[in-house]
Amino acid sequence: MAIRVQAQPFDAGQEVNAMHAANVGVGAVVAFVGYVRDFNDGREVAGMFLEHYPGMTEKALDKIVVQAQQRWPLLKVEVLHRIGALQPGEPIVFVGIASAHRQAAFDACNFVMDYLKTQAPFWKKESTALGPRWVEGRQSDQDAAERW
Amino acid sequence: MKLQVVYFARYREALGLDGEALEGDFQVLDDVRKALLERGQGYAVLAEQNLMCARNQELCRLAEPVAEGDEVAFFPPVTGG
Repeated sequence: MAIRVQAQPFDAGQEVNAMHAANVGVGAVVAFVGYVRDFNDGREVAGMFLEHYPGMTEKALDKIVVQAQQRWPLLKVEVLHRIGALQPGEPIVFVGIASAHRQAAFDACNFVMDYLKTQAPFWKKESTALGPRWVEGRQSDQDAAERW
Repeated sequence: MKLQVVYFARYREALGLDGEALEGDFQVLDDVRKALLERGQGYAVLAEQNLMCARNQELCRLAEPVAEGDEVAFFPPVTGG
């Protein structure tokens, strides 16, 4: 398992390749990449700042990954999350899951993202033409996490 | 009992501080929240229904017991990913 919280951008293609590079037992890799959009909730977004809770962030991600590993037979899990200043089009988050068969990888990836969205201490602040604003938590994210 | 309280995101901005040391007689995390609420002004954010909290960097409920030296955190719903 690998968990990284970093300010630097990442190359999602490289991350996907690394998911199976050293293990020919991997039959499936499912990856999710989240990007900064240039439009949200009726406003154009010029940039974003990602705040987090140093120390707790890593622990929370670790806990989410351990739960996924207990539920599905996974060969490798990688969670990468950006912090700091981001521009539209830049990647925010990468979740990569490697397993022998596809279903475990699909389900675990979905699970990790749903839990990350509702339990990992990150907060987005958008820069818009009308000034900065904090992104509000969504009920749909809560509902998505509860189905597991 | 001495605690360290930390705030994040919109709450941190409303209060104008990252965190503070707090001393008082608390049983559970909600006692800490109520004591802070009494200070008024920016602390009013701690009355928000969807407030989240953590004890020693683990998410918990407001009914969570607190102990000497704990790090307690209050923050709005998380929005990562």
